[in-house]
Amino acid sequence: MGQYFSLSAASLLLASGSAGAQSVASTQSVLEPAGAEAQQIAILFWVMLSGGALIWLGVVGLLLHSALFNRRRLAEKSASRIIFWGGVVFPSVTLSALLAYALWLMPGLRPFAQASAAGLRIEVTGRQFWWEVVYRPAQGPPVASANEVRLPVGERVELTLKSADVIHSFWIPPLGGKMDMIPGRTNRLSLMATKAGIFRGPCAEYCGTSHALMAFSAVAIEPEAFRSWLAAQAIPAEGAGASGGALFLRHGCGSCHFVAGTDARGLIGPDLSHLGSRVTVGAGILPNTEDAVARFIARPELIKPGSRMPAFDMLPPDDIRAIAAWLKGLQ
Amino acid sequence: MSAAMKEGSREEYRAQEERLRAVWANPAGWRYWTSVNNFQIGLWYGSAAFAFMLFAGALALLMRLQLAVPDNDFVSADFFNQAFTLHGTVMMFLFAVPIFEAVAIFLLPAMLGAREMPFPRLGAFSFWSFFLGGIFVCGSIFFNAAPSAGWFMYPPLATDKEFSGIGADIWLLGLSFIEVASIAAAVELIVGIMKCRAPGMRINLMPLFAWYLLIVAGMILFAFPPLIAGDLLFEMERMFDWPFFDVARGGDPLLWQHLFWIFGHPEVYIIFLPAIALMAMIVPTFSQRPIVGYSWIVLAAVGTGFLSFGLWVHHMFATGLPQISLAFFSAASEAVAIPTGVQIFVFIATMLAGRVILSTPMLFGAGGLAIFVIGGLTGVMVALAPFDWQAHDTYFVVAHLHYVLIGGMLFPVVAGLYYYYPLIDAKKLSDRLGGLAFWLMFCGFNIAFFPMHLSGLRGMPRRVFTYPAEIGWNWLNLISTAGAFIFAAGVLVVVFDVLRPKHREPRGEFNPWNAGTLEWISEPEENWGVRSIPIVRSRYPLWDQKDLARKVNEGRYYLPDAEEGWREGLVTSVLDAEPIHVLRVGGTSHVTIVSALSLGGAFIALTFHWWIATALAAIICFCAVVYWLWTGTGEIPEKPEKDVGLGLSLPLYASGPDSVGWWAMFITMVGDGTAFASLVFGYFFYWTIHADFTAGIAGPDAIWSLVAATLFAAAWGLMVAARTVNRRGATAIMRGLLVLSLLTTVAASAAGLAAPSSPGMDPTRHVYPAIVWTLVIWVLAHAALGTVMQTYCLARSLAGRLTPKHDMDLSNVVLYWHFLLVTAVITFATIGLFPAAM
Repeated sequence: MGQYFSLSAASLLLASGSAGAQSVASTQSVLEPAGAEAQQIAILFWVMLSGGALIWLGVVGLLLHSALFNRRRLAEKSASRIIFWGGVVFPSVTLSALLAYALWLMPGLRPFAQASAAGLRIEVTGRQFWWEVVYRPAQGPPVASANEVRLPVGERVELTLKSADVIHSFWIPPLGGKMDMIPGRTNRLSLMATKAGIFRGPCAEYCGTSHALMAFSAVAIEPEAFRSWLAAQAIPAEGAGASGGALFLRHGCGSCHFVAGTDARGLIGPDLSHLGSRVTVGAGILPNTEDAVARFIARPELIKPGSRMPAFDMLPPDDIRAIAAWLKGLQ
Repeated sequence: MSAAMKEGSREEYRAQEERLRAVWANPAGWRYWTSVNNFQIGLWYGSAAFAFMLFAGALALLMRLQLAVPDNDFVSADFFNQAFTLHGTVMMFLFAVPIFEAVAIFLLPAMLGAREMPFPRLGAFSFWSFFLGGIFVCGSIFFNAAPSAGWFMYPPLATDKEFSGIGADIWLLGLSFIEVASIAAAVELIVGIMKCRAPGMRINLMPLFAWYLLIVAGMILFAFPPLIAGDLLFEMERMFDWPFFDVARGGDPLLWQHLFWIFGHPEVYIIFLPAIALMAMIVPTFSQRPIVGYSWIVLAAVGTGFLSFGLWVHHMFATGLPQISLAFFSAASEAVAIPTGVQIFVFIATMLAGRVILSTPMLFGAGGLAIFVIGGLTGVMVALAPFDWQAHDTYFVVAHLHYVLIGGMLFPVVAGLYYYYPLIDAKKLSDRLGGLAFWLMFCGFNIAFFPMHLSGLRGMPRRVFTYPAEIGWNWLNLISTAGAFIFAAGVLVVVFDVLRPKHREPRGEFNPWNAGTLEWISEPEENWGVRSIPIVRSRYPLWDQKDLARKVNEGRYYLPDAEEGWREGLVTSVLDAEPIHVLRVGGTSHVTIVSALSLGGAFIALTFHWWIATALAAIICFCAVVYWLWTGTGEIPEKPEKDVGLGLSLPLYASGPDSVGWWAMFITMVGDGTAFASLVFGYFFYWTIHADFTAGIAGPDAIWSLVAATLFAAAWGLMVAARTVNRRGATAIMRGLLVLSLLTTVAASAAGLAAPSSPGMDPTRHVYPAIVWTLVIWVLAHAALGTVMQTYCLARSLAGRLTPKHDMDLSNVVLYWHFLLVTAVITFATIGLFPAAM
């Protein structure tokens, strides 16, 4: 009886899942791995799911049999034997095998020694409610960015994870598992993308009012493209329409934001040097359009409650539009 | 001859029964609420816990409405965050743990053939504390002041005063208060199970429910104190800026995570095991045979209890701990599945060896098991660190924990409600409504929570108040919301079935399910538990001992009368249940309410930093407790012994390990010692994470530390001597020694105070002085309590209530001093000598 209903729930669920998958491309799923670690863990999951489903059917079948169809009172001795084999031996054997599999998997999933050899280190610092990102390649200057992490496909990248305020957690589901960002500690994570793509990384540890609105884009691209992109990022971008840049500085945006090549040297808010080239704005919550940037400038707390950025809706709308256009032009 | 005698004995029997009924009667009118009888307390406790569950469930429905569609603005982010924090907090602290305490207080005396719990007033105190604390915590959301940092309150988010205002204080103080209530209930349960069983009920004949509760109460004793210690550190940081979790001044937020989960993981089993205990009573009844594998299931429960303390790190797999720890805790977490499997197979084996009668309790039990097994299997998955890195803090975990808790706890509790309801009202609940409720709850639950596995795997983190439309979670969330409402409808059917008027229905039969255990003798109309206390020879006495019910109700066993007007029960030995003495328990009293309300008032006033009100409430509480002790405990009986029936005469007074008070003190101090050990753990935790833990700050003075430890040892020695000379009859010398010990304690405290203050340690500057001061204050507070106890003994002796033969007070206070000595010596060695030795 129980079986029937949860099966029907499951079939409902599968139907709905496929309907959802048709309408949008899922970019945040553990079950569509695009990285070495996520791939291994997905296999582990499917193995456990099949085993688990069989065990559940067995236990519930036995339960139903004993409740509904058992007409022969089993002798106490045989019943005790069921406890021994079903409750002790079977779980001990299966769990040992599963544990051995997982423990064998673990050292290979996050090999830190290899990551350092690869040379690219990305420092990500969690802040309420956005991400500060600094690329530290083996050669060349560090490159600062925010709310977007680009990775070369097929190369192991070492991430150093920190927090500037409360605990956050860094997670790119299609690439691998999560790692907390804890004040006072530096955690390390090593990831290798195996497929190119754009993925969404949410903050995975509750971090305050707008925890739900703290995400970033992870962009995995071919190594050559990555290197040229990184080189371009090291050079200040040319904003479109110099008036926007002047307004940006005149209205004091530069006291919180950094824009390379200008007098905007603030370190409180996200680095905006190449904002125009990012996939999203507002830490993974809005498409990167001029309109979205303008809306964020005017009323940040409407888009992201608890955001530390003050509202600028007292500025003339034209000024806001000009600033947004200039920022969008910082490719 | 016989007719006249029969007439006489029948009259005598009626007179006995009347006296017994009068002694155990509840007060009338509004004074009903001063009742301390275990049936009333259990019922109130259970109803309040159930009401809190409905409240937290309503919050969950609001959250499901918000999440039904993407980018919803049904509620604000801030309200949503308060709602999920309160939902988790209330379900865990105000429903899951208290409901089992309620069931235990209601059932245990009858099940063990005892009249009452050993400390009925403590039970009442526990209930009123819980009730007041619960209303305080729940009410906060109506003032937009509920805690909003998540039910595990991770700092630095929860210590950030800008983000978490009064809500965090309400959480910390309100729950500390409720934790005190839980520990009080645990003490009572342990003593009740160990010392108040019916004669002959050896420990291996005990009903499984009692076994489970003994284990669970023991777990509470070791699991809650670390959280209380954590709460203390937390509140010190919030109130006085002591930097325990502030990285800039040497603190570390991970210490809270350790302390919280050392509590939090056993908590899961504290919730789960009592529900299994209910199943262990229900399954044999409906299989019409004794449980198969009694020793298996007891060992499995003990094993689960032990293992549950070694798993806490699996809540911290993503914090960046070394891989070797991850491997160890993965293995330990897998291992706990084995005893759990044993318990499930014990039920299946019992059903196979018997013949199953289908019934509403069995329906809920079996449905709960089918759900729980899914939760157990996903538990096996998330116990493996690699999979947990993906699943941690997502809706997969939300699904997992609800499968475990609702399948493993809520369904069995409803099964228990349908099973035991005849003991409340002498009528059964409706099978038709029960069936309807079951199918609504079962289907609704699976529709709500099964899709969450998939939303989690598709990357949906928990605790998000909204989500964008493009990620592929829309349908899954909409289905979950629909399921949640179907589930809620099922719960409402249960509520309706319980509340609908039943006075027109005829009284049901006794023992309607034909169960084998003793609780089915008790009649809902009577408050005395059992008419006379039987001799038990079997695990299922109603099946195996012919005519037991009749003989008990005819008063043929122990204590069938209350000729001196006392509520009396028997105290028996721990293993073999040999009768030791007669216990006179406290009756109806308002002192329990006064002390609970004033203690609650002190905690509440502290939340708002109303210092004067806090002090006033604390003083009232102190006076109430002293009055309670003075008038209600350690009474010297009017005669040394009493005939309890069947030719047995037992003492009316006991002291030392024979008395229940001694055990209660011992057990309380074990819990107290655990909290202290958690603070010491904190000290060494800071030491291990820093290269130089002292940060160059001068530590406590070694000489003063040594002096303090020595003086505490001397004070302890004087206390032991006082007890010894008192037993020899030298009352005057005893009083002198008490005074001397009191003075030595004061001197020891002064020396203890000098140790950290002479080098000028400032607790707000760095975590090192802060943790040192915390340990010192812990000892000094205990020393202050110790001097109160010494004064109390002195006063009792002067008032003639403490004599060479009746020295229960002194003997219990000396026991307290044993623990105080250990606490003081460890503290001063740790703070004064350890840094010097390093």
